[in-house]
Amino acid sequence: MPALLELEKSYLEASRDREFQKQLAHLQKTYIGRPTPLYFAERITRHLGGARVYLKREDLAHTGAHKINNALGQALLAERMGKKRLIAETGAGQHGVAASTGAALMGLECEIYMGSEDMQRQALNVFRMKLLGAKVVEVSVGSRTLKDAINEALRDWTTNVRNTHYVMGTVFGPHPFPMIVRDFQSVIGKEARKQILDAEGRLPDCLVACVGGGSNAMGLFNAFLEDDVKMVGVEAGGEGIESGRHAARFAGGSAGVFQGTKSYLLQDEDGNVLGTHSVSAGLDYASIGPEHPYLRDINRVQYTYATDEEALSAFGLLSRLEGITPALESAHAIAEAAKLAPKMSKDEIVIVNLSGRGDKDVQHVAKIKGIQL
Amino acid sequence: MNRIEKVFKKVKAGNKKAFIPYVMAGDPSLERTAEIVLMFEKCGADIVELGVPFTDPLADGPTIQRAAERALKAGVTLRKIMGFVKELRHRSQIPLLLMTYYNPIFKYGEESFVKDAVDAGVDGVIVPDLPPDEAEGLMTRAGKANFATVFLLAPTSTEDRMKKVAKASKGFIYYVSMTGITGSRLLLDNSLRESLSALRRITDKPVSIGFGVSNPEEAGSVSGLADGVIVGSAIVKKINESAEDLEEFVSELRRAIK
Repeated sequence: MPALLELEKSYLEASRDREFQKQLAHLQKTYIGRPTPLYFAERITRHLGGARVYLKREDLAHTGAHKINNALGQALLAERMGKKRLIAETGAGQHGVAASTGAALMGLECEIYMGSEDMQRQALNVFRMKLLGAKVVEVSVGSRTLKDAINEALRDWTTNVRNTHYVMGTVFGPHPFPMIVRDFQSVIGKEARKQILDAEGRLPDCLVACVGGGSNAMGLFNAFLEDDVKMVGVEAGGEGIESGRHAARFAGGSAGVFQGTKSYLLQDEDGNVLGTHSVSAGLDYASIGPEHPYLRDINRVQYTYATDEEALSAFGLLSRLEGITPALESAHAIAEAAKLAPKMSKDEIVIVNLSGRGDKDVQHVAKIKGIQL
Repeated sequence: MNRIEKVFKKVKAGNKKAFIPYVMAGDPSLERTAEIVLMFEKCGADIVELGVPFTDPLADGPTIQRAAERALKAGVTLRKIMGFVKELRHRSQIPLLLMTYYNPIFKYGEESFVKDAVDAGVDGVIVPDLPPDEAEGLMTRAGKANFATVFLLAPTSTEDRMKKVAKASKGFIYYVSMTGITGSRLLLDNSLRESLSALRRITDKPVSIGFGVSNPEEAGSVSGLADGVIVGSAIVKKINESAEDLEEFVSELRRAIK
């Protein structure tokens, strides 16, 4: 608790500090490459035959995903707090790479916790983290995925709290993490709102984003919450809800308290956390950031899921039609857009958050398709 | 007065210290856990801390994580542990404290949890991932049933925090000997002494030290600083690695804590 109170205080001070905000904005522009483009995907729009589909190109941010927005912000915050060491958890490896990058930039020591199963399917990102000077710690307890990596990172943090900042990678965990991560990611929605007004002279009709912990979705949605814009969060349907092998917390879970937050959770009747499955490591997680259940309860955001098969098909579709290979996580959002757009009229607008690029998944997808590289 | 409070009243009056050994319920079976609790009592334990297995034990190190995995594999749940305690009460009246993460209680329902625990003969609960700030509901229900709620303090706790935890704790205050998880290395230094004397100035509630007490020698030296000593990982390790030495080890711990 004392560490969380200290973090909240430091963050609130930093967010009021104009010098800190200036430094962050400068790095967003010159280092991350923001603003990322809002791209009108003409060929996929034609292919789907309905609403105009725009892609918010977070895949073009430095390190290849939206994760850097938060990691860099928190690395700056850690430096300001006088912490010499960063730790982070990672699922797909994108947040691990982003946190390692932030640490390298600030000259901080860095350790990344990653489940052994995820290390296998995201071997490329493991090497990238090491290249960036981080130590990758293999977590081989529990389900050996993201949730276990978070457990280990929290254990490390409680042990080394005096010199270490925990760079939580998503809008999850105890307060103030969900707030901090949402705020650092909200740059996505702020830019998208301005960009769509410039391009179309009006707000979009619908936003679509994939939801693991839910940071890219919160980042896009946050700027539009007061507007008349429909929003859809897409969870990992895995092999289907009936199969039990999925990570669709709303479709298959119930309220629970886990890793310091109250939210929706995939659990058994005794409150033990169930194993999850998704083709994408970044969505393969038993719970969801606590603001999502709130937005769902007030009927502001709708949640649905896409299966592994649908995501894999969207992965191929976007590659072929637009020359953009999405991360498997983002492919879940593309899959949902492919269902929605044809039902909408041609003058309606959908923005899909293309939260990351798919290079990291190419090997894994080849393996699934039985292709030897 | 709750049975746990009575224990501390008695040890204080006798100028002694309470010995609180820990066992994970159902590791590897509930039958074995019953034998171990009875052995603890025979060796002179004052209170037994009974672990409830959970899939994601955030505050625990590898020894207790693995014990939880074995207990879960044996199908042990909070509900089964209630039945287990009810049975055990025919054979032992040693005060029992459940150590459980919050989600199993949340899923069980706070009200039913306290009611069933009291009915079964459980004397109190420690919930390492529930700070007093979030525990109002549980505390109210526990208070009505004279059920102990033990909260944790860490070496990083500020004076405000100490006041809050001391006020919320019923039975005793669990002082975590270091920053970190169960079973890590104990470091007895001046800051621990200073922090404990600060706590003593704030409260006259009993204080027990746990996390990282791994042998009789360490147990002896921390017992000088507290009213009770909790030993967990070291015992769990013995149970699974060299059970033949277990009883002797527990007796030595008892003798050292004075």
